[in-house]
Amino acid sequence: MEKYIKGRVWRFSENVDTDQIIPAIYLVTGDRQELAKHAFENVRPDFAKDVSDGDIIVAGPNFGSGSSREHAPRALLGAGIKCVIAPSFARIFYRNSINIGLPLVECDVDAADGDVLAIDFEDGKIVNTNTSAGCTFPSLPDFLVDLLDVGLIENTKRKLMRTG
Amino acid sequence: MTIAEKILAAHAGKERVSPKEIVDAKIDYVMVNDVTGLPAFEVFEEFDTKPILEKSVLIQDHYVPNKDVASAEQAKSMREFAKRYGIENHFDVGRGGVCHQIMIEEGFAAPGRLIVGADSHTCSYGALGALSTGIGSSEAASAMATGELWFRVPETQKFVVDGELGKHVMGKDIILHIIGDIGVSGSLYRSMEFYGSAIESLHLSDRITISNMAIEAGAKCGIIPPDDAVFDYLKNRVIGEYSPVYADADAEYEDTFEYAASEIVPVVATPHLPENVTPASEIDVQIDQAYLGSCTNGRIEDLRAAAAVLKGASKSVHPDVRMIVVPASKSVFEQAMREGLIGIFMDADAYVSGPTCGACLGGYMGVLAEGERCVSSTNRNFIGRMGHPNSEVYLANPAVVAASAITGRITDPEDLLEG
Repeated sequence: MEKYIKGRVWRFSENVDTDQIIPAIYLVTGDRQELAKHAFENVRPDFAKDVSDGDIIVAGPNFGSGSSREHAPRALLGAGIKCVIAPSFARIFYRNSINIGLPLVECDVDAADGDVLAIDFEDGKIVNTNTSAGCTFPSLPDFLVDLLDVGLIENTKRKLMRTG
Repeated sequence: MTIAEKILAAHAGKERVSPKEIVDAKIDYVMVNDVTGLPAFEVFEEFDTKPILEKSVLIQDHYVPNKDVASAEQAKSMREFAKRYGIENHFDVGRGGVCHQIMIEEGFAAPGRLIVGADSHTCSYGALGALSTGIGSSEAASAMATGELWFRVPETQKFVVDGELGKHVMGKDIILHIIGDIGVSGSLYRSMEFYGSAIESLHLSDRITISNMAIEAGAKCGIIPPDDAVFDYLKNRVIGEYSPVYADADAEYEDTFEYAASEIVPVVATPHLPENVTPASEIDVQIDQAYLGSCTNGRIEDLRAAAAVLKGASKSVHPDVRMIVVPASKSVFEQAMREGLIGIFMDADAYVSGPTCGACLGGYMGVLAEGERCVSSTNRNFIGRMGHPNSEVYLANPAVVAASAITGRITDPEDLLEG
C-alpha cells in the first residue's frame, strides 16, 4: 500500500448506504470496472462520468451501511478511488474494504467537493491543501495493516500453506 | 463475559476475550446466496483447495427464479460450484427459499454456534442464541477454504423490554422502536443482547424479526438468550449437537437501554432511513403497493397476522393498491396453503408468489415506478431500495401492511377494525 497519497475530494453526507454506492440491479457481476460504471448512479449520476483515478471520498458518519455486498468497495476501486475518509463506517463495508485493499480512514476532516487532500498513512495525518484544515488518525492494528497490504486472498493462501 | 464474547472465546479456543480484541475463530457454517456467491466462487478458485463441505451452505434466493440472463448466469455459477465440489447443502429453486429462513428451518442455526453469511441479515440467527453475522464474498470464500475467519470482539449493549405488548404490536415494532431511539448507527460494531418479559413472551418468529434488523442499527449481531421456544423448535430439525450460551452474571455491558412494552405501538419507518419511526396511526400517506414477505417478515406467523386482518375486515385490497405476498420458503408456502391463508390472500385480490428476495432489494417481482409508495414488511427504506430513486418505502409489520392494503393509506389495524 502507498504510504502517502494526494487526491481530489468527492464529498458525501452521512449514512451513505451500499444501495446508493451500487444499486442492487447491478449485482450480477463481480467485475470492478463494470460495477464502477453504475457507482452512485441513483444519488449522484455525475460521479461515474467524472471520477478520476486517484480521487478520494470524504463522507459523514456510518458510510457503507446496509447490505453486505462486496460489490460496493469493488465499484469504488474500479472507479479509481484511493481512500474513503469518514468519522465511522458500517462494519461489513469496513471488513470488505480492508480485505480487498481499499484503505479507509476513520476521521472527521473538513473538506468540500474538489478540494485536494494529502494523506500520510505513516504519520496518520490528513491535510486539506485548499484550506489547510486537517486531522490526525490512529494507525490500524498490525493485523489489519498486514491484511490491507497483502489482501485477504494472499492472507488466506498463506494460512492454507501453514496448515497444509 | 457477554453471550457474544463467550461464543467468540469458545470458537477461538480461548478462556476469555475482551472487546476490541481481534481473534481468529472457527466458524460452524458459512453461507452465500446467488448474488454474493459468484464473486466468492471467483475468489475461491485462487486458493487451489476444496471447500469444507459440511460447513458450506449455498442458497439461491435473491434473483431466482432467474430475472434475466445475467442473473441466470449467476445462479448457474452456484449450481456448477456445488456440483464441482459435491456441496450437498445447495438449495435451488423449488427446494428452499429466502436464505435466512432456510438456515433456520434446515437446522443450521442453533444456540452457541458461530455462523457467517455473505448477506447482511445473517444476524437473524441471534434469535436462536447464535452469534451470526454478515460478511463479504471474499471472506466467505476464505471461510469455505479454511473454516475460520478474523473477528473483532464487539462491545455489547443490553436492551430490556418489559411488560405486556398491545394487540397488533409485533417484533417488527419492537426493533423499529429501538432503532428509532438509538438511530441507524446506534449499535455500530456492537453486539445487541435482548432481555425482558416482552421478549420472552414472543414467538420465535417475532424474535427472528428483531435479530434480523439488528444490522439496521449497525450491529454485528443481535442475540436473544435461547429458551424452550428455541429448544422446542429445534427438536427433529437441528443438525448435530448444540450447547446454549448465556451471559455471565458479571458480564460487562457498554450500555443498557430499557423500554416499557406498553409504550410500543404499531409503527412505520418513513423514507429513507429505518430510524424515522412514527406510529402508524399518526401518519396519513397514500400507497400504491403493499408488500408482505422477506427474511424479516415472511414467516407463517406473519402471513397469519396479515390474513387475520384481511379476513377480520371482510374486505379486499383497495382497487388502487397491488398487494404482493411472498412466503419466505417452500415450507411456509405449504403451511399457508394447509391453513387456507393463500385462499384468503387471493380472494382479497392479493398476488401470491413463490419465495424470492426479488422486490425487497428492487430486483424484480414488485419494483416501484417513479413517485410510487410501498408499505412493506421488509427491512430497508433506503433511497431507491425497491425501485426508482424517487419511489418511497414505508417499513411496517405484517398487520399494518394488510390494513394499509385495504384502505390504500398507511393504517393501524386497530383503526381499521373501529372504522
